[in-house]
Amino acid sequence: MYEQLAQQIVNGLLIGFLYSLIAIGLTMIWGVMNIINFAHGDFLMLGMFISFWLYTLYGLDPLFSIPICAGALFLLGLLIYRFLVSKVMTGPGLAQLVVTFGVSIFIANAAVYFWTPDFRMIQNPLLSGTWTLGAVDLSIPKAIASAGSVVVSFLVFLFLRKTKTGKAILATEMNRDSALLMGINTERVNALSFGIGSALVGIAGAFLSMYYYIYPQVGGTFGLISFCIVALGGFGSIEGAFVAGILIGIVQTLGGYFFDPAYKYAIVFAMYLVTVWIRPQGLLGW
Amino acid sequence: MLELKNASIGYKGGVLAVQDVSFTVKEGEVVSLVGSNGAGKSTLLRAISGLLRPRAGEILFNGEPLHAVPPYDIVRKGIAMVPEGRQLFGRLPVIDNLRLGAYALSSKADAERSLAEVLGLFPRLAERKGQRAETLSGGEQQQLAIGRGLMSRPKLLMLDEPSLGIMPKLVSEIFRTIREISKKGLTVLLVEQNVFEALDISDRAYVLQTGKIVLDGQGKELLQSDMVRKAFLGM
Repeated sequence: MYEQLAQQIVNGLLIGFLYSLIAIGLTMIWGVMNIINFAHGDFLMLGMFISFWLYTLYGLDPLFSIPICAGALFLLGLLIYRFLVSKVMTGPGLAQLVVTFGVSIFIANAAVYFWTPDFRMIQNPLLSGTWTLGAVDLSIPKAIASAGSVVVSFLVFLFLRKTKTGKAILATEMNRDSALLMGINTERVNALSFGIGSALVGIAGAFLSMYYYIYPQVGGTFGLISFCIVALGGFGSIEGAFVAGILIGIVQTLGGYFFDPAYKYAIVFAMYLVTVWIRPQGLLGW
Repeated sequence: MLELKNASIGYKGGVLAVQDVSFTVKEGEVVSLVGSNGAGKSTLLRAISGLLRPRAGEILFNGEPLHAVPPYDIVRKGIAMVPEGRQLFGRLPVIDNLRLGAYALSSKADAERSLAEVLGLFPRLAERKGQRAETLSGGEQQQLAIGRGLMSRPKLLMLDEPSLGIMPKLVSEIFRTIREISKKGLTVLLVEQNVFEALDISDRAYVLQTGKIVLDGQGKELLQSDMVRKAFLGM
């Protein structure tokens, strides 16, 4: 019983750290621009497919695709900001809401068109097998993906707190007019944040491709869960997204274990509803 | 140094908050814009700092038109603004607020020099360096807002209602600081509802009423004028 429980908690942590990384990308975009990127899950899917094709066509292991996925998604985020999102930033709220929704539908359907809706997997990646630590089995690709997610999350945190550009992003997030008065080009900060937020989910995609099915709709559930995490952690809060990601990961696996795996997402979304009901600003929001 | 020529300014989709206003600020002066709430004083400062654009007229800084400069480059021209309500980066520590004030400086040495000067001017801020800005008292927050403005080593410092929401005891301290700063050679443009204190430290002042300049003159002179005494000082 206890051994199984320990195993479930470890499983929860493994997926939770990855959730955190995905949600940090989303919350960063929200924090700076007050825009929900509904295409976030689709960006994850693109990261996974980039990793898949690099492996299938060129034999490049997902481990080495990480920087490529980061760069490609950074560029994509930048372009989508420049040519779509920035156009509606001063427009009506509905336009802001709908624009990324449109991007999401477009990307998901383009993926079906070009790559078929089939499920795929990366066969025999460099990292495979399991470690056994006492009673707990640890899948090696999952463990590396999680550890990598923690490292990347921490690097983002350091970047925001310690570098001049990072502080400019935080300043813009807190007070856009003041940031302008300090000489910060807030339009550039928007583009950069959209790029970084997208790059982070691209990295998460590369990690996930080491052990998860890859198909055009794969981003749907991950996207929805990351909205829940952002809401739970507090919109715009990086630290909140990190904590809430771990929490949701554990709740999801424990829920599946105690009730029924079929209910695990229902429990996650119930938690979201309870959060917005009791503490709408989230755990670490303001 | 600063010259507004027939400037008309309004908010998006709204009526004009300021109509056909002209005034000048010369180097080394302390100039006040006084008037009651809604007279358009803050609108003028927001337009000079680029957060708003004039619908008509010109804003010139050392002869160069400012309304074509992007808002984030105004500070690089040598104009710093201490906005109304302080508008600090509340969840960042005091020191980061100050460092962001020097964001526009390209030289690191200049930024360090600014920091030393500001911390010398406001020793309280040095004591509270690592504290989040939102946890400071009102008076300390105002010191931080002024300090953050000074960090960019401006030629012109604009202050929007620096006495607003400050304990009366600390208000005169704020004005003393402004005087001290101006004595070091900085040009100051001050917007205030606290008419008496503002006129007292100003070389010249303009009185605004519903978006128009109705009176101007030397600070001390205006303090004696019937209109100012009746309308703002209740005498």
